[in-house]
Amino acid sequence: MKMKFRIFKNILKQGFQGMWRNRGMGLASISSISAVLVILGIVLIMILSINNVVLETKTKFDEIQIFLENELTEEQLNDIEKAAKDNEGVLSVMYQSKEQALEIMKEEWEDEAYLLEGLEPNPLPNSYIVQLKDIKYADNLVDKVKNIEGVEEVKYYKDIIEKLIIFANYVRFGGVVVIGILVFVSVFIISNTIKLTVTARKREVNIMKYVGATNGYIRGPFIIEGILFGLIGAALSILIVNYGYDYFFKAVSDKLYVLFTVYLVSPAALIKDITIIFTAIGVGIGALGSLVSLKRFLNV
Amino acid sequence: MIKFTNTGKEYKNGVKALSNINLNIKKGEFVFIVGPSGAGKSTLIKLLLKEEDPTEGKIYLNDMDITKVKNRRIPFIRRNIGVVFQDFRLLPNKTVYENVAFAMEIIGAHPKEIRRRVPMILSMVDLSKKADCYPDQLSGGEHQRVSIARSIVNNPPVLIADEPTGNLDPETAWEIMKVLREINRRGTTILMATHAKDIVDSMKKRVVAIEAGKVVRDEEKGGYENEVSNI
Repeated sequence: MKMKFRIFKNILKQGFQGMWRNRGMGLASISSISAVLVILGIVLIMILSINNVVLETKTKFDEIQIFLENELTEEQLNDIEKAAKDNEGVLSVMYQSKEQALEIMKEEWEDEAYLLEGLEPNPLPNSYIVQLKDIKYADNLVDKVKNIEGVEEVKYYKDIIEKLIIFANYVRFGGVVVIGILVFVSVFIISNTIKLTVTARKREVNIMKYVGATNGYIRGPFIIEGILFGLIGAALSILIVNYGYDYFFKAVSDKLYVLFTVYLVSPAALIKDITIIFTAIGVGIGALGSLVSLKRFLNV
Repeated sequence: MIKFTNTGKEYKNGVKALSNINLNIKKGEFVFIVGPSGAGKSTLIKLLLKEEDPTEGKIYLNDMDITKVKNRRIPFIRRNIGVVFQDFRLLPNKTVYENVAFAMEIIGAHPKEIRRRVPMILSMVDLSKKADCYPDQLSGGEHQRVSIARSIVNNPPVLIADEPTGNLDPETAWEIMKVLREINRRGTTILMATHAKDIVDSMKKRVVAIEAGKVVRDEEKGGYENEVSNI
């Protein structure tokens, strides 16, 4: 056990030495890993935000609002409610009077609510709000209800949501492709850097082999070197993405687009995931880069 | 200790480097491998070091069949064999002491053991005074003695020397031979490939001559050339 530890310490030391000797090319590797991860971060934020939008719109819009004409009789109201309820996938049907609608609107507008003060008579219509299990049940219901007398308009957002989902899928796919290419490039750059260390230490490696060093002992330092490059690159990109996004987020929310930031992922929620993902990918790229170069160079 | 039975090696490009080699080297023996360049001496050494696998026959080391072994086990087989090369192969950025200690660090020896053993080996090859020198401050003979010290510091039962005197003047070569003889006297089996006729002739050790991939002569207390032509 103690022997293993000593060997491990040696390997670690040599890994650090290799990194220091190669700091020129190392810088290139670190920047390439950082660049990949920063782009990954941006794509990730985009995907998460779009997911947010989709989710938000879905919950907001898996309901249908049936706007009613004014002055309907009790009977007409009942007919409409029945017609709405009598459908597949309907969770609930709720009446919303024009007064309630105005209250809700005032709440949503918060500071600007005073604008609504002078509205007399209340221009908002009475309505039924139908909660659906899923947006896909909407078409049926809308067809049935829209021609009933007393119904002024039926509002729902199926098209928007579908378009949004398609768009989100494009972004996801594009992101994955871009990241895949970039990961490949940085593995290549790392493996070139490690090749430099291997060549510089060729003599040493050769002697090691004859004295009976295990493959692990010979490869260890190079893999450690690659992992160190990966870790530094990851740390750098975590800082960049974290502070950069924080800055962007604040700038956007300051400039009145509060509505917009609701859909953005909050920077605080992001930091933990970003740290874990970036560290893992950085280390992975580093280790893989070393292994690729070692496979060709260290055939015993 | 070392046994070749009907061993042959054909390289992938079709060159038949060795064929039908039968050798039995006992513990504590000192054996010269002689023969012209390209006869197969290097291949024989490569087979023992597991750089190459034989294509025919078997090889035993320490009563262990090493004809075919997993890559993972090769380092552990090599720890039984010290190697000395014609070109010394020292690390230029390490001192004499560090070059020798390096071989012990690799196998995870205890620092205390390293501090005890390295000076002992250095004094054995008469280099105690040069322990803190770097290789470029050493003469050719000193280079080779460092390389010998490194090869035996882990106490391997077998020492392979591939033309250890090839780059040295005759006087220095004899210095090296004295060191090797001393190591052999302490029980290490030595296998030495060489072209140095005078050394082989005056050492009076077992001589194995290889020509065109075959053992053409194997005699105790032999000379570089066979006795008929020697007269």
